[in-house]
Amino acid sequence: MVRFIEVCKRFGKLQVLDNVSIDVEKGIRTAILGPNGSGKTTLIKTLLGMVIPDSGDVLFKGESVIGKHKYRREIVYMPQIALFPQNLTVKELLDLIPKLRRQSARYDGLIERFGVNEFMHKKMNALSGGMRQKVNLVLAFMFDVPLIILDEPTNGLDPVAVLELKKLLREEEEKGRTIIFTSHIMDFVQQMADRIVFLLEGVVKFKGTVEEILQETDSSSLEEAVASLILKNQKVKDYA
Amino acid sequence: MLKIIGYVIKDLLRNRWTLFYLLFYLLVGFAILIFSGDFSKSTVSFLQIILILTPLIGTLFGVMYYYNSRDFIELLLAQPIRRRDVFIGQWLGVSVSLGTSLVLGLGIPFLWYFAQYEVAGDQFVLLLLLGFALGTIFTGLAMAVSVSTDNKIRGFGYALVLWLLMAVVYDGFLLLALIAFRDYPLEKFALIATVFNPIDLARITILLKLDISALMGYTGAVFREFLGSTTGMILASSVLILWMLLPFALITLIAKKRDF
Ligand SMILES: Nc1ncnc2c1ncn2[C@@H]1O[C@H](COP(=O)(O)OP(=O)(O)O)[C@@H](O)[C@H]1O
Ligand SMILES: [Mg+2]
Repeated sequence: MVRFIEVCKRFGKLQVLDNVSIDVEKGIRTAILGPNGSGKTTLIKTLLGMVIPDSGDVLFKGESVIGKHKYRREIVYMPQIALFPQNLTVKELLDLIPKLRRQSARYDGLIERFGVNEFMHKKMNALSGGMRQKVNLVLAFMFDVPLIILDEPTNGLDPVAVLELKKLLREEEEKGRTIIFTSHIMDFVQQMADRIVFLLEGVVKFKGTVEEILQETDSSSLEEAVASLILKNQKVKDYA
Repeated sequence: MLKIIGYVIKDLLRNRWTLFYLLFYLLVGFAILIFSGDFSKSTVSFLQIILILTPLIGTLFGVMYYYNSRDFIELLLAQPIRRRDVFIGQWLGVSVSLGTSLVLGLGIPFLWYFAQYEVAGDQFVLLLLLGFALGTIFTGLAMAVSVSTDNKIRGFGYALVLWLLMAVVYDGFLLLALIAFRDYPLEKFALIATVFNPIDLARITILLKLDISALMGYTGAVFREFLGSTTGMILASSVLILWMLLPFALITLIAKKRDF
């Protein structure tokens, strides 16, 4: 469904993405992992057309996305930082985005699941970080589209909401949706991801299933596996 | 794109900016008509407002609105909307809002004045149109500058310098050049130089209409001499309309290359 082909991107002197090639198959949940600043958000943004690669290409359903916009009808994106016009109420925002996308949306069930119905008439700037994140989630799941991209969806969520999110992700997978997400919470990733991509300083250091990463690093948990990948690469650097 | 223009207009109504500018222009309009006494004096005051203030307000507001809606722009960019439409939509939304405030805010005092005294109204219509055009052009230039840098202060700085160059410095330089080279035939140079400044174009258009020679300055006189009042006016206003395409092209080009 999505192919990143030798994507390179630099911001000034910083090589943020270095020859990144990844295939994401339809119906698969892919987690992109890596320390802060490793290029996860930038990678996602190349798929959304927000960041333009210096070289390489990004394909969605076999076609390059660069310079296009219609393909985004089939993608929803939940950004890492909630990006809302601050003077709208939650309800106004939830009604505005479908109009801008020219797509119908259903949020009645979702607002109840995340408790957003309790503050539908509050303005966005009056919400706490966690509340905003919940609105962010409702926005991402209210459209019926084949690809969902979530950047740090667990950020600032209370445990109840995290559980709800996990349930939701399982349901979406059963519906055959493709999901790409990033997260810092390794338990969450271990439970929710079919595939893992590990990025370090813009370089793909691992791609495969959870079992494969555990085997390859000889670890018993994802946390351990990721730590050992980071350490291994630090050592390589030290010797170099 | 219409949806975005509509959203911006609603947004500016909601946070009362449109109303603020409307009141501002109303106040200025009534004040000038009531206190300047003599009608030709008030015409000159309106001219200054249109030529200096509308570009300044467009510049400041274009920059401010862009940086304030930076987050929302990112949200829009992730939607199935053409990149160009996001930015052009913002520009036109802001321009239409500011322009409406201007036309209503000065238009209402005019109407009130016309109801009492018999004066020619067509020059005021022209004045308002020119104000609308200048506001739109400068809002667009300011947005083009803002899109090119994430640094708010720098964006404000560059946009203000641009306004200052066009509104103030340009005339001074032109005058200096004319004095320095006064032994040469400079009419063509003056004509060409004017084309590069929308404020100058607007000034010449309205002065040719009003036929106030004293205020016309060298370039205005050249326009009249070379082209006659009517042709000169049509030419100057056509070039002004072409000027509106420049922000369109600049915003589109700059936005196309940027990362968000
Ligand atoms: N628009 C930008 N301009 C300049 N540098 C950027 C920009 N976006 C991201 N970066 C830099 O690129 C690096 C990777 O950022 P990001 O992709 O957000 O990492 P992650 O999501 O993995 O934490 C960081 O060092 C960040 O500062
Ligand atoms: Mg990130």
